[in-house]
Amino acid sequence: MTVSGEFIAFLALALVAIIGGVLLLNLKKVVHMVVALVFTFLSIAGIYVLLSAEFLAVVQILVYSGAISIIMLFGIMLTKHNDEDEGDSKGGGWRKAFLFLGVLAFGAVFYIGIYNLDFGSAPAALHENNPEQIGIELYSKYVIPFELMSVLLLVAFVGAIVLSRNDEKEEADKE
Amino acid sequence: MSGVPVSAYLALALILFCIGLYGALTKKNTIIVLISIELMLNAVNINLITFSKLGMAPAITGQIFAIFVIAVAAAEVAVGIAILLSLYRNRKTVNIDDMNQLKN
Repeated sequence: MTVSGEFIAFLALALVAIIGGVLLLNLKKVVHMVVALVFTFLSIAGIYVLLSAEFLAVVQILVYSGAISIIMLFGIMLTKHNDEDEGDSKGGGWRKAFLFLGVLAFGAVFYIGIYNLDFGSAPAALHENNPEQIGIELYSKYVIPFELMSVLLLVAFVGAIVLSRNDEKEEADKE
Repeated sequence: MSGVPVSAYLALALILFCIGLYGALTKKNTIIVLISIELMLNAVNINLITFSKLGMAPAITGQIFAIFVIAVAAAEVAVGIAILLSLYRNRKTVNIDDMNQLKN
């Protein structure tokens, strides 16, 4: 295989993504875990650029490394109970070992399935006017799911506000 | 020709999915469990976009699908954090082992 610039970029981005994931599993403090995940999300955006999905890369940076990480940090800060995430749960080390083996077996099975997969088809020209292509496809074939998605987001955010609101009236009744 | 084979992208997505799965199953803090689920969704998105470029029938549809997945993930995080906060107000804990009201 010839070492091209694309391959080097892929290796670097994949390395950063996997290191972020491993740090998520191994760091002690919860805030550090979320910051490690931000690096993973950013390098996944780079992977999207390599796969000629520029619009999705921007969306990924906006939604994941921006909104979702900040929401998670707010969640951590509002629930500051013990910011150390350590100690074993009831099952202890055996449970973790078996779960690790199970996940490893899962990964091995799927790796056997994909390791020399090659469709051999010519890649499509998705990078030319990528947002335009997405827009045309979205508004010509997927209008109904698009509108349903707006309803879903509205319902979810109104529900989130209702769920997390302090109900002063009830608390006044309680006292 | 494209420099990176399709299996490299799929292997990266597989590794990230396995990390997310292990984190979601073993971590004790509920926020970390939520964010591990986000990592798994991201791995699925990598798969979708890989197949949309290098798959059997390359088309833009995979990217459309990934946009829908991202939107649903954002809604899921909002509702999840809201449930977590209201649970924290009542139980004063974010430890996932203590959330067993439905158990008995």
